[in-house]
Amino acid sequence: MTSKKIVERAEFTNRGSSRRAALIALGRTIAIVFALSLSATPSMAGDDVWPELKTEIFGERTIHDGNAQLSLDAPYRAQDAALVPITIKTAVPQSPAHKIKTITLVIDENPVPVAAVFHLAPNSGIAQLSTRVRINAYSHVRAIAEMNDGKLYMVSRFVKASGGCSAPASKNQDQAIAEMGKMRLRQYMKATTPGDRPGKTREAQLQIRHPNHSGLQMDQLTGYYLHAHYVEKIEIKQGVSLILTIDGAISLSEDPTVRFSYTPVSKEKLQVRVVDSEGKIFSGSWSFQEASEKNM
Amino acid sequence: MLASRTTEIRLAFAFFLSAASIWSISLLVTNATAGQTMSCGQGVGIAPAKVDEIAPGVYIRQGVHALMTAANRGAIANIGFVVGRDAVAVIDTGGSACGGARLRAAIVARTGLPIRYVINTHVHPDHIFGNAAFLADKPEFIGHHRLARALAMRGAYYINVNRERMGARLLEGTKIVRPTKSVFDTLTLDLGDRKLVLTANETAHTDHDLTVFDQKTATLWTGDLLFREHLPVVDGSLLGWLRVIDKLALLKVAWAIPGHGSVAGNWPDALAPQRRYLTTLANDLRKFIETGRTMSEAVADAAQSEKANWRLFNEFNSRNATAGFAELEWE
Repeated sequence: MTSKKIVERAEFTNRGSSRRAALIALGRTIAIVFALSLSATPSMAGDDVWPELKTEIFGERTIHDGNAQLSLDAPYRAQDAALVPITIKTAVPQSPAHKIKTITLVIDENPVPVAAVFHLAPNSGIAQLSTRVRINAYSHVRAIAEMNDGKLYMVSRFVKASGGCSAPASKNQDQAIAEMGKMRLRQYMKATTPGDRPGKTREAQLQIRHPNHSGLQMDQLTGYYLHAHYVEKIEIKQGVSLILTIDGAISLSEDPTVRFSYTPVSKEKLQVRVVDSEGKIFSGSWSFQEASEKNM
Repeated sequence: MLASRTTEIRLAFAFFLSAASIWSISLLVTNATAGQTMSCGQGVGIAPAKVDEIAPGVYIRQGVHALMTAANRGAIANIGFVVGRDAVAVIDTGGSACGGARLRAAIVARTGLPIRYVINTHVHPDHIFGNAAFLADKPEFIGHHRLARALAMRGAYYINVNRERMGARLLEGTKIVRPTKSVFDTLTLDLGDRKLVLTANETAHTDHDLTVFDQKTATLWTGDLLFREHLPVVDGSLLGWLRVIDKLALLKVAWAIPGHGSVAGNWPDALAPQRRYLTTLANDLRKFIETGRTMSEAVADAAQSEKANWRLFNEFNSRNATAGFAELEWE
């Protein structure tokens, strides 16, 4: 057997509190991981991984059924496992007494199950979030909301998809790399959820060009892993007021995108700051778009 | 930094699978030096593929309009060969080792000339899985300059996925064969008083589409740059494909051999249905994007007006819409 040289991958850095570790860190070389792999027991189809996953991410905290609090939309059968659209919506209007602080998106069967953590700023008025994820095997996809009183609520869907993380996702590789860091921000004016005031609440969609390499795609001929290189943090502000922060990892699709509803606090510019796993920083700012007939 | 046990195991397993792939691929990947016997069916003699001579010296084995299955042995793409005075060129080799062997048997039944070139129009398994049947002929394996990368990235994945779908028996003997020659712009092959012009295209169906033009009969092998009857499948760039269609339309072509579907004698009109589908898809998607609709909404509705015009519409349209939506968001 010819041995192949494996390039050391970038580390997944840890973010957030140790209890609710948003992203799991891996501070060891691939050589050690391989040694581990020879003795590891893979999770078999049918094993429920959630109980252990839950303890890892949320410790012993109680997670309540969240169907009255929020909803999660995902296709039952994904068209493209590397590009699965999901939408999270609040089911009750947010009030100062009772609102969502963070939403953790978990894909049970993915190599890195915590796909993203959305941190909603207190006055952001966010009622809806959409993004696109990679799904590696038939899996439960879960949205766990943490309320401002600390309670946890969960909703989930089962999605049939496979190979999203390790399958070749990029149709146009050269373009993805050449345009890395380019961004677009679309602004929509429509009200989205019950209780929102039309004209006040609006939606925006941020698009970021980035290959979001999972580090699990291998060049078969040379045995080299494509270096993991992905968007790690997205910060969206209006002026200096934070709207939304997102911690991400390899489960987000290539060209990560997030669409969200929010209540503007002013007419100041929308500012975005993106940091990727190699420490590259991308920034963008966009004038606040006045409501007009064109975009109502 | 704390690494959780489950994630360690999960990642380790993912690497283990990838490692297993490396080890198996190191056996499977070859530089076209090893000749190996392979089974085809139950070990009885290899029945030659049924081929049609659509122009003097131009032979095609027509594919069926279906997904790759054990029943159809992955024979869903059009493949074939061209016979010159001195040599033979093969254009795509089918969806299984057996399919490649059957194509080769069809060649050998008609000519004793050496098989000098095996040309792959692109990486999809229905076009390349028969390559290993020709290793013993020691031909040049030729592709677009980006084919090698696509094979490197996708080869093992395709073998694993199709082993599940079509069964291990059909995948026996299927090897990923690296190209020995790459086309950067154009390349002319001389089969002896017969020139084939190979052209590397910009990203369209895939990011590495290669076409083959037989000057003697003005026959254009389009690879999957042309689909007829079978819904076109976008695995590269929707907009790029529309540009390439316009370029291809300018060529003087007597016979067009599409990657899927019947041979066409009415160039460039043969391109019209595909152009119409891709344009409709692009325009529908643009409307969804402009009016702030989501990808999920768009994918359910885009290009539904084309449904009755195509085979395998339900299998591929939503997937095309997904890819197209993500692409057009950047327009």
